[in-house]
Amino acid sequence: MTAEARQSAALLDLGASYGEAASGYDEMWVPLEKAPHAHWQILMQDLSRLRGGELERRRLESSRLLRENGVTYNVYNDPRGQQRTWQLDPIPLMISSADWAVISAGLKQRARLLDYILRDLYGPRHLIRDGLLPPELVFSHQGFLRPCDQTLDSEQQQLLLYAADLARGPDGRMWVIGDRTQAPSGAGYALETRSAMTRVMAAEFRHNQVHRLSLFFRNLRAMLSGLMADKKDDPHVVLLTPGPRNETYFEHAYLASYLGYTLVQGDDLSVRDGKVWMKSIDGLKQVDIIVRRVDDTFCDPLELREDSLLGVPGLLEAARQGNVVIANPLGSSLLESPALNPFLPNIAQKILGEEILLPSAATWWCGDKTARDHVLKNLADLVIKPIDRRLPSIFASSLDKAGLETLKTQILSAPYLYVGQQVLSCSTAPSLRDEKIVPRRALLRTFLTAHQGDYDVMPGGLTRTAPDEHSVFITNQTGGLSKDTWVLADKPDDQTSLWPSPQARVGAAVHEVALTSRSGENLYWVGRYAARAEAILRVLRSVIYKLSDYDDYRDDSDLQVLERLLVALTFQTGMFPGFVGDEAKEKMRNPRAEIMRMATDPNHPGSLIGTLNLLMQSAFNVRDIWSVDTWRVIDDIDEILQSIADGEPSFVTLQNNLDSLLGCLMAFFGQTQESMPHESGWYLFNIGRRMERALQLSGLVRHTVLFRSSEVVEHLILEALLVNQESLSSHRRRYRAAQSPSTVFDLMLLDVRHPRSLAYQVRKISELVERLPQSQPVERSHSLNDEQRIILKLYTEFQLADLNRLVKVNDESGVRTVLDGLLTNVEKRVRKASEFLTQRYFSHTSDAYQLAPTRTELL
Amino acid sequence: MNYRIRHTTRYQYPDVVSHCFNEARMSPLTAHGQQCVRSRFVIHPTPDYTSQREDYFGNQVTSFHILQPHRELTVTVYSDVHVDDLSQPLLFMKDTPWEAVRDQLAASLDSALLSVREFVLPSELAPLLEDVRAYALLSFLPGRPLLEAVKDLNKRIFTDFKYDPASTTISTPLADVLAQRAGVCQDFAHLAIACVRSVGLPARYVSGYLETLPPPGEEKMVGADASHAWFAVHNLDDGWVAFDPTNNVQPGVQHIMLAAGRDFADVTPLKGVIFGGAQHQLSVSVDVARHSG
Repeated sequence: MTAEARQSAALLDLGASYGEAASGYDEMWVPLEKAPHAHWQILMQDLSRLRGGELERRRLESSRLLRENGVTYNVYNDPRGQQRTWQLDPIPLMISSADWAVISAGLKQRARLLDYILRDLYGPRHLIRDGLLPPELVFSHQGFLRPCDQTLDSEQQQLLLYAADLARGPDGRMWVIGDRTQAPSGAGYALETRSAMTRVMAAEFRHNQVHRLSLFFRNLRAMLSGLMADKKDDPHVVLLTPGPRNETYFEHAYLASYLGYTLVQGDDLSVRDGKVWMKSIDGLKQVDIIVRRVDDTFCDPLELREDSLLGVPGLLEAARQGNVVIANPLGSSLLESPALNPFLPNIAQKILGEEILLPSAATWWCGDKTARDHVLKNLADLVIKPIDRRLPSIFASSLDKAGLETLKTQILSAPYLYVGQQVLSCSTAPSLRDEKIVPRRALLRTFLTAHQGDYDVMPGGLTRTAPDEHSVFITNQTGGLSKDTWVLADKPDDQTSLWPSPQARVGAAVHEVALTSRSGENLYWVGRYAARAEAILRVLRSVIYKLSDYDDYRDDSDLQVLERLLVALTFQTGMFPGFVGDEAKEKMRNPRAEIMRMATDPNHPGSLIGTLNLLMQSAFNVRDIWSVDTWRVIDDIDEILQSIADGEPSFVTLQNNLDSLLGCLMAFFGQTQESMPHESGWYLFNIGRRMERALQLSGLVRHTVLFRSSEVVEHLILEALLVNQESLSSHRRRYRAAQSPSTVFDLMLLDVRHPRSLAYQVRKISELVERLPQSQPVERSHSLNDEQRIILKLYTEFQLADLNRLVKVNDESGVRTVLDGLLTNVEKRVRKASEFLTQRYFSHTSDAYQLAPTRTELL
Repeated sequence: MNYRIRHTTRYQYPDVVSHCFNEARMSPLTAHGQQCVRSRFVIHPTPDYTSQREDYFGNQVTSFHILQPHRELTVTVYSDVHVDDLSQPLLFMKDTPWEAVRDQLAASLDSALLSVREFVLPSELAPLLEDVRAYALLSFLPGRPLLEAVKDLNKRIFTDFKYDPASTTISTPLADVLAQRAGVCQDFAHLAIACVRSVGLPARYVSGYLETLPPPGEEKMVGADASHAWFAVHNLDDGWVAFDPTNNVQPGVQHIMLAAGRDFADVTPLKGVIFGGAQHQLSVSVDVARHSG
């Protein structure tokens, strides 16, 4: 057999078993010809050539890539913890160039149509007056927001972003089965999916001429920047997210950082003077355009849902005044009503003068008598959907007789709230399941952006497939798989980068993406938690070393050192009584269980794990700030945390994990130094880190060498301190064999050139604090602000410190009193400086309440 | 009749409120035989932002934002209103059987009537309930003329229900009001609206003031008047016809309209979002005084 013949034999094999499994229309296989559709030929040839297990290996590889990039989907409303990595099926859905031409023309038309409906229903409402839409269809929909009436410019495109869910029917045509019009999600996942696919399926991607996605995002950016064309050339765009608890938070962060917009939550914004402002580290910055991922009704607790904590009071008023543009405008969820479907062809004809190009799933609106009769007669064959999101859809085929009757009564009590929809038996596409290529039902989400008066369609999209062969319904909440969509091009695309050409940017102002106060605060805490975790890790390591020394030699001096380290650890973690107090002696006898608890108790915020969890949480809250490689390191920490949580606690594995965690933390600090621009966020992160390190080192010194001890013990403690702080070799280089309290104090407390010393931390804090923006309130150029002043005071105390007095032990109390004074000042002043910073930069909004409305009473 | 109205709402907070965002629907309507000659807001502390607009239902809305810390918010509205005496035309209104009105409305393609259909649909505070419908059907007897049926409903609510401010709060659901046969004007208006809608007819909520007269020989007390609420039905021929179930009357020159909507939620006189100040004390005083010209 020739190589070619062998290959087509392999393809035939693949096809035969696949073809048998397929029923109904299949995207790839043509049963009559016993061959793939032409546009699948190249891909299927390639796939049939792969060795067994290779596809599965690539699936795992893509999962790893997505996980490392933090592509997650929160399954429940729990940040982290319940995240699910986006699961990718490495076999893309192929769409031919001819087919796509039809689909995209149809999508554009539908977007134009929905845009018209949006402008009309919040404007003149001709559609109702002229009888093209029944009033109840609009007036009973929860998404018809009366406060938004007359807030849209009826002369301008208003539907700016649009996503449609498509499925191919048995007739081979694409049908629209759902519209996403208020805050469509998924485009970011499509992009991330594509970037993973071009790595794991690089050759296959090259062999096919696949449309690139970047032009779409460039058009999206251009569209947004142009929204204020009459007022501003370079508008300030932000992406409004409900926050890290939202199921698609990853995507919000990803898109914000891909597009270069600030990611904000509701209380980062406030309305003043009828304009929207963002609270940033350098004061209020006006916001011109809001890309929102918050649902309509949650956006403004004054005029819309009063119980919303996610919105901005006064936002709708700002939009009404034309001072901010919201994409999509508030009120646009009305267009998601499936009840519009049966009316679209007529509206298309009357308004656009066109036949509708893409059919919608056959839908009957029960507000209409004839349609209602049809629905009630054919109930069992239909899915009953509410017109808005008040209630879930009901697949009537799954109901028994009594259930059907209840449903009938329910429909009849308010028929205008329901539609009946034909259950579309959608096409299947090749999917990888248990290392086999099998047919699975597939849905395609497509994305559009307003573009120069019309629409631009992303040439691709997000395909989701059913988890098993019987499933008809596909959501990511129940574990569907997603796959890339390869739209084939007639000719190769130009490489388009997201950014305009360099020439076009000359002259454009280069400015930092403003940092919100919230992000600033999170970064500061990332710095603090990371340094705290590092300090706890180091003491845990010292404890474990000492413990094994003691186990080996049973030397009483080792025990005394161990005791002091354990006291230090107790104070560090705040897990009292721990090794402090009456039962301490008893616990010291067999300290392993307590040490283990201080390391791994997930329920105590002070334990190592607890601290790392806080670190992860803060890092996740500013997901958009980290570079891909930095996030990879954060993800490594997460993975170790997971393995500690899952594994049996043991001292040996703990020791290994401590080493790996310390490595990750060091890599994290390194990454932030190398890849974060040295701007406000970086300053705050480092201030947090330096402040925490100062506090931790001060505490460690206090609990180990503040008190008098025998010469042997003191020697051992000082050595442990140097080892703990990675400073033993520096010390040896400088002082040779000599080691005394004064040499160690000189290096660890007073040396401003040694990055582990206390004085060094204080000097760094003072330098960093000076670089923070000083705009608010206006201060005289020569005077220092509160935190600068207090840190300067502290730094001066270090400069004036007298080494001889620091080491001196008070005969009566047995305490180094001067050292005590210095350490107390470190703790007091650093804490105070932290308070000043918090007040100045992290604006804390007080909680919002509804004013109790006045009740009407007749006396 | 000409009135000068003073309506003061005062919120006092034990904690400082850093800023607040508010919306008031406290300017009287100009419509249905009533003209608002003038309406002036005096707000303390002075707002940093104010704007006026007409809302979806045609009511006057005043938005104001206060960005300075405060412990007290006072909103006083002074309005001069002229109310026409419509008692004569009311006597000569054509009255057709309610089923005919219902069917005519459902079938009409008249563009004005298409928007009236919005008021047939249930709303959040006047929901669709079986018990309400049963209560309504006792007045909506087959073939009975619409206004006659509503007049009867108005009277039954007046007789069957006890006026008792202690019996309900602002968030008491309609079902409870119906079960306990007690409430305040707002509850009665919602009940009547739900009844009218339950038989397929349009009804709307009206907020406003009622002029009270002192007992003969006594001086009228300052601040003794109150805001009030009633409802209106649409009979297709004459538009909205008002009824006051709290007093078993058809509003005349003593009822002054502030705003109209589907239910109270559409016409809340004053609402807002405040930052800080979880607790607050509220006091309201209203004076409705006749004046000449």
